[in-house]
Amino acid sequence: MKQTLLDMRSIVKSFSGVRALNGVSIQLDRGEVLSICGENGSGKSTLMKVLSGVWPFGSYEGEIFFEGNLVRASTIRDTEALGIVIIHQELALVKELSVMENIFLGNELGSFARLNDEEMHRRTSELLARVKLDVLPDTPIRDLGVGQQQLVEIAKALNKNVKLLILDEPTSSLTTTEIDILLNIVSELKQQGIACIYISHKLDEVLALSDWVTVIRDGDHIDTKVAAQLTQNDIISMMVGRELDELFPREEHDIGEVVLRVKHATAKQAGATRAQVEDVSFELRHGEILGIAGLIGSGRTELMQCLYGSYDGDYEAEIELEGRIINIRSQRVALEAGIAMVPEDRKRHGIVPIMSVGRNITLSVLGQYSSWFGAVNEDKESNDIDDYIEQLKVKTASADLSIKNLSGGNQQKAIIAKCLLTHPKILILDEPTRGIDVGAKYEIYKLMFALVKQGMSIIMVSSELSEVIGISDRVLVMHEGRLKGQFDYQGLTQEMIMNCAIKEGVANV
Amino acid sequence: MFKTIKTSQLQLFAMLAAMLLIVVFFSIATDGAFISPRNISNLIRQTAIVGVLAIGMVFVIISAEIDLSVGSMMGLLGGIAAILDVWFNFPILLTVLVTVVAGLVLGLFNGWWVAYQRVPSFIVTLAGMLAFRGILVGLTDGATVAPTSSSLAIIGQSYIPSGWGISVVGLLCLGLVAKVYARRKARKQHGVENKAAKFEYAKAFVAVVVLLVLLYALESYRGIPTPILIMGGLILIATYVAKRTAFGRRVYAIGGNIEATRMSGVNVERTKMLVFGFNGMMVAVAALILTSRLGAGSPAAGNMAELDAIAACVIGGTSLAGGVGAVFGAIMGALIMASLDNGMSMLDVPTFWQLIVKGMILLLAVWLDVKTKKAQ
Repeated sequence: MKQTLLDMRSIVKSFSGVRALNGVSIQLDRGEVLSICGENGSGKSTLMKVLSGVWPFGSYEGEIFFEGNLVRASTIRDTEALGIVIIHQELALVKELSVMENIFLGNELGSFARLNDEEMHRRTSELLARVKLDVLPDTPIRDLGVGQQQLVEIAKALNKNVKLLILDEPTSSLTTTEIDILLNIVSELKQQGIACIYISHKLDEVLALSDWVTVIRDGDHIDTKVAAQLTQNDIISMMVGRELDELFPREEHDIGEVVLRVKHATAKQAGATRAQVEDVSFELRHGEILGIAGLIGSGRTELMQCLYGSYDGDYEAEIELEGRIINIRSQRVALEAGIAMVPEDRKRHGIVPIMSVGRNITLSVLGQYSSWFGAVNEDKESNDIDDYIEQLKVKTASADLSIKNLSGGNQQKAIIAKCLLTHPKILILDEPTRGIDVGAKYEIYKLMFALVKQGMSIIMVSSELSEVIGISDRVLVMHEGRLKGQFDYQGLTQEMIMNCAIKEGVANV
Repeated sequence: MFKTIKTSQLQLFAMLAAMLLIVVFFSIATDGAFISPRNISNLIRQTAIVGVLAIGMVFVIISAEIDLSVGSMMGLLGGIAAILDVWFNFPILLTVLVTVVAGLVLGLFNGWWVAYQRVPSFIVTLAGMLAFRGILVGLTDGATVAPTSSSLAIIGQSYIPSGWGISVVGLLCLGLVAKVYARRKARKQHGVENKAAKFEYAKAFVAVVVLLVLLYALESYRGIPTPILIMGGLILIATYVAKRTAFGRRVYAIGGNIEATRMSGVNVERTKMLVFGFNGMMVAVAALILTSRLGAGSPAAGNMAELDAIAACVIGGTSLAGGVGAVFGAIMGALIMASLDNGMSMLDVPTFWQLIVKGMILLLAVWLDVKTKKAQ
């Protein structure tokens, strides 16, 4: 009889009175893979923090049994000693050190006076072979790609004699090939009897990999089912608690005259030989959603930075907004001209984490509420904040709550609210739904259509091809800084975009 | 109930508790001499200079920068004031005006290098710390500039006539209560939940009592010292700027995440430069008080004062990482430091012990801060 490896019984965890987990139970046997699905903010990461000892024993209700014993961990070290290893989305490797040094960091072999490099070298080679990573143990981490680093993390976990491996959104920044390699490794570890908890928004991976799927919503344990009996739609409707009629709620809207003309946009880092954006020209129409696709590094983001005045190198472009030539030299000029942007990196460029939701929303337009000596009219400000929180359905207990406590999707809505308060004519969305759950994505799409119906124009950069096709009216494809193709959404397929984005040669510009 | 108290409030309670502890300890140790009207008057007069410096410094630190030049800058500005007064017999108002403008210019100079030239503020102001002192010694030839005029002495040495003092404090007390009332009303209008009325009014009541006790103590000696009135006015203005103006809001935002603030269209460079300019003006006020109190401009004046100002901010809960802090906290920090100085001097504790104790208190305060944040 197989012994249950992990048994978490009705875990309840509250933060200042708010229940983040409301009686979640999961069981897992050796060599099984359990996927946990839920929207951002549903309690997945809290559950993993309870399991891995970030929240110590006693700070939650319920019991955790591992190999039949009650877990009383007070730090991550304690759970790692038991064989529970969590690999976070943000990798915890020291970039300057080698693969070997990272794998043995904190567990170095040898005596205090002298490290046993030969043995560590040998063990590292073995571990790398197990995760099928073909690099030398002495390679510095910074020379490896994200996917390879991910594998080093797994090798590190194997070195600690892992019995339960937790992967938190491991594939969100990987290429398709890297994802395949990672999924293969997990399947092989499974054969070796290692159990795995897999957290991902990518439901195709979830279904391909798991034995069980657990769905959590608002801290409640919705259900745990055998993966083989589920479809993606089943999982989605369990996650959002309602049937989604479709993933992309396209709505009819009128497209008008050209509002923005960009000619010969070129952007180059100081001293670089190759331009990041090279001679790109395009037009944007009134009420249009223009999708921009291309691989990472194709110059999509840099092109948007030129339009918003936030590119940090040298750039030139002839930009004509509503027939008027404008020189966008800073973000302020862009905002005053009527161009607002939701940046790609939400944490770095989007939010001021320690400030409240409300104050983040009004940061761009404080001048609107200020008297001549700069005093902020907080009545007027609160009214606007309340309005936009309601309109955009930002889920927050209060506008005074620190924005870092919100889920990614709600932070994103708050940033969009910040942009909308500037009453832009053109809204640039750079990867608007990255790392955001299905429900919030759907709401953001709905909002985008509502905005273009009101006459706004939207430029959306996205790596998700289905999203580009599902939402845009027209799609531009970029490749190595140049504009390589232009398509109408009707009849457009993902293959067409990929072909255009990858292959050399000029398509129908 | 403790769970519902925010970190900032916890910090406030901790500071008030520390202050109370210090007062009780020294009062017992000195047989009550520590809380004699005369000593209270001295103590808070001593706080004025570091307090005014801390008001400027707290903005700099909230914006995630540092200013190491304020000690030398205060010396230089004090020297300039003394020179104008002693050598050129400038009328007092002109001396004040020129000194404050000079402070603004020096501050903007620092700020320009930091904000527009992107030189780290630690380096810019370290350079200023050396250069300003050098200019002062050069200007005065290393000699003390004295004696200053009797009109300049008003700033640092005089007392407010008791009628005036009482009415100012009375108005302040009324204002405090009115503010609580107005804020509760505004919150109610916006449907935001109010904290228990008892709690908020009790807080205002405590503040009023403290003010009145202080007033009584000061009046029974010689009245409210002018520097304290100046500091009080600056506290009110600076708190208003920090909490209620767009400028203040942007300073906090820059300290919290400068990139996101820039992306929001805020002129980050100008805001930063103005923070240093404001700090320079505060240094000028402190310099005027100092020169007036000493009755002279000394080439060594203000030595190491930057460290006192930074320590006051940090003890008062300002985060060196930026984005967090308050004027009132910094003032409390300055008061705690000054009380320790004053109390230990009264007990004839050797100077070396005073330094060690102050160092330990600084360490302890930040340690407690780190601890409480972690617990959250």
